[in-house]
Amino acid sequence: MIRLEKRRNISKFWTTVTPIIAVFLTMSFGALMFGLLLGDFSSAFGAIKLIFWDPLFDENFASYARPQLLVKAGPIILIAIGLSIGFKAGIWNIGAEGQYILGAIFGASVALSLYPQESILIFPAMILSGALGGFIWALIPALLKVYFKTNEILVSLMLVYVAENILASVSQGLLRNPEGMGLPGSRNLKDYPSAHNSEIILNSGMHWGVLTAFLAVILAYFLFLKHQKGYEIRIAGEAPKAAYFAGINPSKTIIFCMGMSGLLAGMAGLFEVAGPAGQITMSFNSGYGFTAIIVAFLGRLNPMGILLAGLLMALTYIGGEIAQLMLGLPGASIQLLQGMLLFFLLATDIFTNYRFKSRGS
Amino acid sequence: MAEVLLQLDGISKSFPGVKANDEVSFQINSGEIHALLGENGAGKSTLVKMIYGLMQPDSGSMKLGSENFRPSEPSKARQSGIAMVFQHFSLFDALNVAENIALGMENPPRLQDLSEKIETVSKSYGLPLGPKRLVGQLSAGERQRVEIIRCLLQNPKLLIMDEPTSVLTPNEVKTLFETLLRLKGEGKSILYISHKLEEIRKICDYATILRNGKKVGSCIPRDTSAKQIGEMMVGKSFSSPSRKTRAFGEELLKVSNLSIRTKDFFGTSLSNINFSVRVGEILGIGGVAGNGQDELLSALSGEEKTSPSTIKIFNQPIGKLAPDERRAIGMRAAPEERLGHAAAPAMTLIENTLITSHSEDVINQWGIIKFDNVKEKTKDIVSEFDVRTPTLDNAAASLSGGNLQKFVIGREILQKPRVFVVNQPTWGVDAAAAAFIRQSILNLASNDSAVVVISQDLDELFEICDTFSVLTNGRMSKSHDVRSLSSEDVGLLMGGSDLDRKSHDTA
Repeated sequence: MIRLEKRRNISKFWTTVTPIIAVFLTMSFGALMFGLLLGDFSSAFGAIKLIFWDPLFDENFASYARPQLLVKAGPIILIAIGLSIGFKAGIWNIGAEGQYILGAIFGASVALSLYPQESILIFPAMILSGALGGFIWALIPALLKVYFKTNEILVSLMLVYVAENILASVSQGLLRNPEGMGLPGSRNLKDYPSAHNSEIILNSGMHWGVLTAFLAVILAYFLFLKHQKGYEIRIAGEAPKAAYFAGINPSKTIIFCMGMSGLLAGMAGLFEVAGPAGQITMSFNSGYGFTAIIVAFLGRLNPMGILLAGLLMALTYIGGEIAQLMLGLPGASIQLLQGMLLFFLLATDIFTNYRFKSRGS
Repeated sequence: MAEVLLQLDGISKSFPGVKANDEVSFQINSGEIHALLGENGAGKSTLVKMIYGLMQPDSGSMKLGSENFRPSEPSKARQSGIAMVFQHFSLFDALNVAENIALGMENPPRLQDLSEKIETVSKSYGLPLGPKRLVGQLSAGERQRVEIIRCLLQNPKLLIMDEPTSVLTPNEVKTLFETLLRLKGEGKSILYISHKLEEIRKICDYATILRNGKKVGSCIPRDTSAKQIGEMMVGKSFSSPSRKTRAFGEELLKVSNLSIRTKDFFGTSLSNINFSVRVGEILGIGGVAGNGQDELLSALSGEEKTSPSTIKIFNQPIGKLAPDERRAIGMRAAPEERLGHAAAPAMTLIENTLITSHSEDVINQWGIIKFDNVKEKTKDIVSEFDVRTPTLDNAAASLSGGNLQKFVIGREILQKPRVFVVNQPTWGVDAAAAAFIRQSILNLASNDSAVVVISQDLDELFEICDTFSVLTNGRMSKSHDVRSLSSEDVGLLMGGSDLDRKSHDTA
């Protein structure tokens, strides 16, 4: 009989290896699923290759897909880094999508109110304003939790729907393009040089938001490795009573964690609206705020892990699009593949926390 | 000649890295109270777990009466007439006595019948206990009675008791001993596990002594001195803490009118507590856990805030200060619960050192942690307090309870606090380590600190404290000079009454 025994020290080896195993299991079961869907197992391998390999290395796709990889991964990573800070402390901000929307609205408002003046200061002001928008939106559930003990999961999630309605309202009203012939949607910031989040290197996909995301990875890594605040966050999540005994104020931790994740999500929204999206529209948000939750866990709440997980997740999006186009696979099957990835990662987690022992009769 | 009830022959049991029991053989006669003695980690628990069917021996055999005995699970052992009262009770606070007992039975009768049975048994053995009472409201001694009655209902031949007196008041101990003697009179055997030599000399007929998993001796406790038995247990002679008479200085810690409502449903609120501790003084606070000890510690550590002037250090009001702010002015505390409260289980020892370190030598003005310095501090704690750990990067949860206790106490004492408050300083550590911890508390007091020791272990308190008071039901007695107290006085104090004579203010 096989028996599970909880490890006293978490295995570093398995922490590194299980994500790789999970990816391979996802590929195998994904191939099985595609085989069944297409009724042809010989092309199942092709589908997997189309999703995981071709976007990076096939000459037909790579020129389009590689820059897209950064464009998609950038905001996901930036948001996931923010979320991981809270998740480590046991503070569950589920509403990054709403903070992302508010960041975009706040940031775009600065540009739209100054249009058409040109100044080098406009873009930095937009970044600050976008960060502020996300910060304020995340502060609502944080303060409600601190003062009224509400559940931040519910409040932050519900505020996503409020944010979506604000987005619909401003894109038809306050921020609507006066020269847009009455159609909903703001001016396109791509046509406003001072406000445009342009590519730093042409055709690389590398815009300021991607750079900020990489910077956030490095800062978060440093925060948890060396900084008192990172330590306080970890201990608050590991052993709340011990954190309290240490003298760490739980309210401050809640406000810091929620505020930081909102701030980064808001910045991600701003970079998106000023860059790849270009304008505030009713369908501006595309679920990055929710995908980032998966990415944060896929990356084990570890900044480097999140970087890799964000890139991997972006790859499945782009590869998935290609596979849909080339093989006619349903969009839901790609989502299923992403779900499998999370499932296998959590399932293989058992190796890091437990050891297997055989027991004689 | 009494007949042999249980015969152990060459019992061995190994775990990865340790031989918990090595060829242990002894026998328990019918109608005998047999003591199993040894330090923490000597292999007592492993041995009784095998008798009770929780584990199986690697080699060796047992005989119950004339039959071979090798229980594969506790229910088999119970069927053969073996019952066990554990050190930590497995009772549900929110259920009443009868319901708790019914939960542990294989085929429980109707609750009404069971209640009657409980009353009969509890009367005939002198263990008063109402079957309808809620367990959450029972004292530790009464909870133990629930466990004992649960065992007696099975009409066992052998009753195993693991450290039964560790949580009892002197009066409750007396009641327990009367019950044990009555059981013995009925021809039942008792295997009595303890490291308290005096009580073993009082009631046990025979003692088997274990050390490092091996049987190192046996004796008739009545005819052997406590010192001899103690040396057999430890294998060497160790010095008990030496106390010098110290002159007390001015009043250092003063607590006045401390009342707090507990946040824990089964906790105890504190009402109107007043005491003071002088420079060089060790105040012992006795009483059974659950009478407000945790609440008192959290008020002193700063986890629970009070009005500023309720707690004063050198007349400076600190009642509103957070734990880290109190540490900054030299007041430190060590709570009883080691894992999860005093230490974070999954974090390394180095990270755990940081829990109560806030000074500039470990964290610079930008909030960057100087891990090299923290590591040095951890190294000091581990070496000075003999914390056994493979590396400093081991998780706190991977240490044994005793080692973690040494780490937690050492972490605070090495910071040389002016005021040190500790709850259960030696809970779960072996005799040599306990002596060391007590000695370091004494040394701390000699270096002009004031110490408050909260403990259930009266022997410990009388060994190191200068003044003594009791916390019962959220109220605290006046403190008295320990040298002026007789054991009757202590009994009175434990019972919640105050001695209307010399408090330490007049001593």
